Amino acid sequence: MTLKEISIKNLIRRKGKAFFVLSGLVIGVSTVVGIISYIEAMTSDINHKLEKYGANILIVPRTENLTLTYGGLSLGGVSFEMQEIHEADLAQVSSIKNARNIAALGPLVLGVVEVNSHKVLLAGVDFKASAILKPWWQLRGQLPDENGVVLGVEAARILRLNTGDRFNIKDQNFGVSGILQPTGSQDDQLVFARLNTAQALFDKIGRVSMAEVAALCHDCPIDAMVKQISDALPGAKVMAIQQVVKGRMQTLGQFKKFSFGISGVILLIGSLVVLVTMMSSVRERTDEIGIFRAIGFRKRHVMKIIFLEAAILSGLAGIMGYMLGWGSTKVAVNLFIDGHSGIVPFNIELAAGALILALFIGLVSSTYPAVMAARLDPGEALRTLQMQDQHSFLSRYYLQTMRFNLYQEMS
Amino acid sequence: MSYIVAEKLTKKYGSGDAAVKAVSDVSFQIEAGEFVGLMGESGAGKSTLLSIMGAMNTPTSGTFVVDEIDIYELSSEQQADFRREFLGFIFQDFYLVPYLTVFENIMLPLTIVEKNRKQKQAMVQNALDQVGLLEKATRLPNQISGGEKERVAIARAIVNEPPVLLADEPTGNLDSKTSADIMKLLQTFNSDGMTIIMVTHSEACAQYAHRLMQVSDGKIVVDQPLSGRYLAN
Repeated sequence: MTLKEISIKNLIRRKGKAFFVLSGLVIGVSTVVGIISYIEAMTSDINHKLEKYGANILIVPRTENLTLTYGGLSLGGVSFEMQEIHEADLAQVSSIKNARNIAALGPLVLGVVEVNSHKVLLAGVDFKASAILKPWWQLRGQLPDENGVVLGVEAARILRLNTGDRFNIKDQNFGVSGILQPTGSQDDQLVFARLNTAQALFDKIGRVSMAEVAALCHDCPIDAMVKQISDALPGAKVMAIQQVVKGRMQTLGQFKKFSFGISGVILLIGSLVVLVTMMSSVRERTDEIGIFRAIGFRKRHVMKIIFLEAAILSGLAGIMGYMLGWGSTKVAVNLFIDGHSGIVPFNIELAAGALILALFIGLVSSTYPAVMAARLDPGEALRTLQMQDQHSFLSRYYLQTMRFNLYQEMS
Repeated sequence: MSYIVAEKLTKKYGSGDAAVKAVSDVSFQIEAGEFVGLMGESGAGKSTLLSIMGAMNTPTSGTFVVDEIDIYELSSEQQADFRREFLGFIFQDFYLVPYLTVFENIMLPLTIVEKNRKQKQAMVQNALDQVGLLEKATRLPNQISGGEKERVAIARAIVNEPPVLLADEPTGNLDSKTSADIMKLLQTFNSDGMTIIMVTHSEACAQYAHRLMQVSDGKIVVDQPLSGRYLAN
């Protein structure tokens, strides 16, 4: 027989207390796991949705010339005279630390052209990147070829052009291949052509006016990415679309703080449950511990028994707590997060964290009871028990005497 | 020098005017292989004296030496080692661990001993054989009689083959026939060389000892050899 066997047998014998400790820890661990998993699912969902919002980092030339507003943001100096960004330089963006988090990079050439006697802004874009950068675009018609354009809905209305119509820009003939559905953004006012077409039209081969980056995802801190891109493109000004990112992330951050606070309180309660139950268990086992010490168990042997019991229960609680928290998160995301896939991946790091957390709480909370048990003086413990035995014997004796007297009186 | 030497042992409980002397200025010597009966009325100080001899109750003053080891000069952990190596305890109320089988209860003192599992099992089998409980090895304490519990307690006390056995009223809860069986068992251990110190209220049980110490008001008032009819040698 080993100390471990003594611990296991005691746990089996005191099932109620073991269950109580286990429950306290499982509730605490599963709550923390559930909250962390749910926050992860929410973060992932928000990031996924943010990616759907398209570009969230803008790269514009560093200039103080003419200002142009785009998407509610000041784009800095976008003009014919200013120094544009070299398209080749944009390749540097793919070498930043968080490059793998960049969903799309869309260079943009902007210029004013005259169409049907109206001055209009023409944007040369990479339509492949635009599918990611502007997922809300709904095109009626087709993507343009080298001599084609796509019109924003307002531009089409003002220019009185429809799909299939043809017109001239700088003596070059273009056809309307499609018209964008209303977006509610400045895109409605623009004429879009292929990037190389626009570059040729404005005589800006190899140069771009600005670039849009879609980069929001789970583990890419937007501020850090902005700095990384700024470092890679020293001649450009890099800006995040802060109002989209920060608002949502701030809300999530506040929710995280609140949730972690709640988790802390629940863990504290779990720890107290373990502490109180283990203390009570130690008190109940005064005789056993007294015997252990009397037959030569050292303090560390007694502590080891208590810690083994705590470790067994905590380990079980860690595993059960993770599974319960994981399962609860699956249910919660299906119930509360609209449009979520419902898939909550098994997170080995979180599972290991749950196990370590449970063991930490179980062992720390059992330290005082274990020390108390180890300090139990064997002579004192056994003497106290003898006195208790004598007391209970006397109680039984007086009870029997009273019953006997009562019986005598009645008969 | 004698195997066990107690020198001016005093044990007080409480302090000031409320202090009670449970053991008062007691000195004695016990040779290896002796069987000593310790008698006295309830509250006379027998159990306190036994617990002092068991390295479980530090005396207020005096020294207690076993095999030239001054027990109360040892640290509490060394005292635990001493109890494990030198002493076997038989308690009046058995104090068996209720969730361990008879076999496991007997093996308890060996749990922390550096021996392999087979050696430990052989020692337990031997102890079980000596107390005649081989067939009850797998029973739990609540599945055996009082006499059998006492035998288990005895087997647990001797399984480590300690040189000294301390017994606190080992027959206190048993009928006269079972008591006689237990005493014969103790006598056998003693004849094998084990030093036994036994607290008892029973004169019949005391007759099995070589020597009787009578305790009264914390003092040894009688210390005399016995030549009763039960003496084995």
